[in-house]
Amino acid sequence: MDLIADRGRRVTVEELNTTQLLSHAAKQARDRKFEDVLIVDCDAHHYENEHFGDILPFMENEVLKQLALSSRAKGGRGNVAPTGFGYQDMGGRVTRYPLRSSEKTEQVGAKRDVQLGMRWMDAMSVDYSCLFPTGMLNIGMHPQKEMEFELCWAYARWVTEKVIPESGNRFYTMLCLPFGDPEGSLRMVEHFGDRPGVGGFMVTTVRDRMAVHDNAHMKTYAAIQERGKVLAFHSGPQWGSTTFQSCNRFISAHALGFSWYNILHCTNWVVNGMGERFPKLPVLWIEAGLSWIPFLMQRLDHEYMLRPSECPVLKKKPSDYMRDMFYSSQPMEIQDMGALETTFRMINAESQLLYASDYPHWDFDLPSTLWDLPFVSDKARHNMLGGTAHKLFKLPPRNEGQKANLIKYGNLATGRT
Amino acid sequence: MAEQFVSKASEFKDGDRQIIRLGEQEIGIFKHEGNFYAYSNFCLHQGGPACEGLTIAGVKEHLREDKTSAGLYFDEKSMHFVCPWHGYEYDMFTGEQVADRKLKLKKYEIVQKGDEVYVVA
Repeated sequence: MDLIADRGRRVTVEELNTTQLLSHAAKQARDRKFEDVLIVDCDAHHYENEHFGDILPFMENEVLKQLALSSRAKGGRGNVAPTGFGYQDMGGRVTRYPLRSSEKTEQVGAKRDVQLGMRWMDAMSVDYSCLFPTGMLNIGMHPQKEMEFELCWAYARWVTEKVIPESGNRFYTMLCLPFGDPEGSLRMVEHFGDRPGVGGFMVTTVRDRMAVHDNAHMKTYAAIQERGKVLAFHSGPQWGSTTFQSCNRFISAHALGFSWYNILHCTNWVVNGMGERFPKLPVLWIEAGLSWIPFLMQRLDHEYMLRPSECPVLKKKPSDYMRDMFYSSQPMEIQDMGALETTFRMINAESQLLYASDYPHWDFDLPSTLWDLPFVSDKARHNMLGGTAHKLFKLPPRNEGQKANLIKYGNLATGRT
Repeated sequence: MAEQFVSKASEFKDGDRQIIRLGEQEIGIFKHEGNFYAYSNFCLHQGGPACEGLTIAGVKEHLREDKTSAGLYFDEKSMHFVCPWHGYEYDMFTGEQVADRKLKLKKYEIVQKGDEVYVVA
């Protein structure tokens, strides 16, 4: 298959086969005997926009459903969901983007996504993946809160009824909340919270106006906590926002955007004492790497010592609340090993860091990125790759070797999401 | 070290690449403007198939004397090959990672005997 290179030159590359593309990942897994390590990926994706034809019929409101379906009809010019600017594929350098539609599968529709998922999960020796959408990470930019709710609702029904059951329970999910509609968010938690494969709920953080501490959201948090589920904040870039319009390169908007939205919402979460209000609610911050965390800990602790009167709910330093929360590992900035080691110490990575691949996105991480770090203990390796997620999401080991390691490192829990 | 047959030179088109596997080793062999280059197929980043992705000229930025930018352009004198996993970009002529030239893929010697191309591995 040909890809377009410089000055229109065409370059022939192999057709995409995920198993073949990731054959080196499979070798890494064999070399490290990952079969006996429970590996849980807390952030992976599929391209739900390729399945809107199957998803939109799950919308509840007949008028909005007709609008959405009509916009996708032949000749329709509407966009169902917000889209962002960007060059994730780096001009075709990351070949799975331009080639993905050409990959052959025996299955179609939701089953095709499952089959593709199994290919990369098996190659990496990932046992379970938390499946998130891709385009709908921009759902917070939808101008209609009614449509935001309808799309989140329809996706939740489709993914829990059509995708996860097909995966043999190797996919689980944290369902995307229509956070612009607090009543709708609560309704989603109440309706979907006990469904198999629902490990929690996810807030997309790319939003122009979102106050995570707003009273309107307290019932939603309480409902998630009551069910023993996880609340996740999934970050993203928004190149078109006022903040990032001065960035002339994707690298700038991407590097800053993911960090910025987590910094913003984590600050509001901590300063407003949400950790005191919902002490049993596991909170997970996703896909901003790790380097923003020590910065924010230092910054908030510094200001808190001077201005505690603005944070009267807090009973300890902001960094202590941040250490109570969880963080996904990807994209892990393995540049200055000393700084990374300090970061691991500051966040108590052994108990608070969860492996994430973000596959198939361009900056995915393999399990070996965590496993091979020179400064982590065996217990930390096992915890980060799956032991901690096993306890959070109640995902059972898939063989006796994994079970033995969960016992060895004190992680074995019972039950399943 | 032994000479491993790669291909007949006459059948190896300019712009093409071949991957040969020798036990645990994988070697990517490129033909660019009539010359052969051979490198390890294991990316220095996360171990991806470094030689199996796009080949593309390097991108440069034209800066005028007054330090204003006149935009980006493809540098016709350069050629890169790109790991398809994450976009790690290597110099075709040296195997150096173009963002940090201290990082360098293992380079293999190419031997041509008549119409036959061998890699020494």
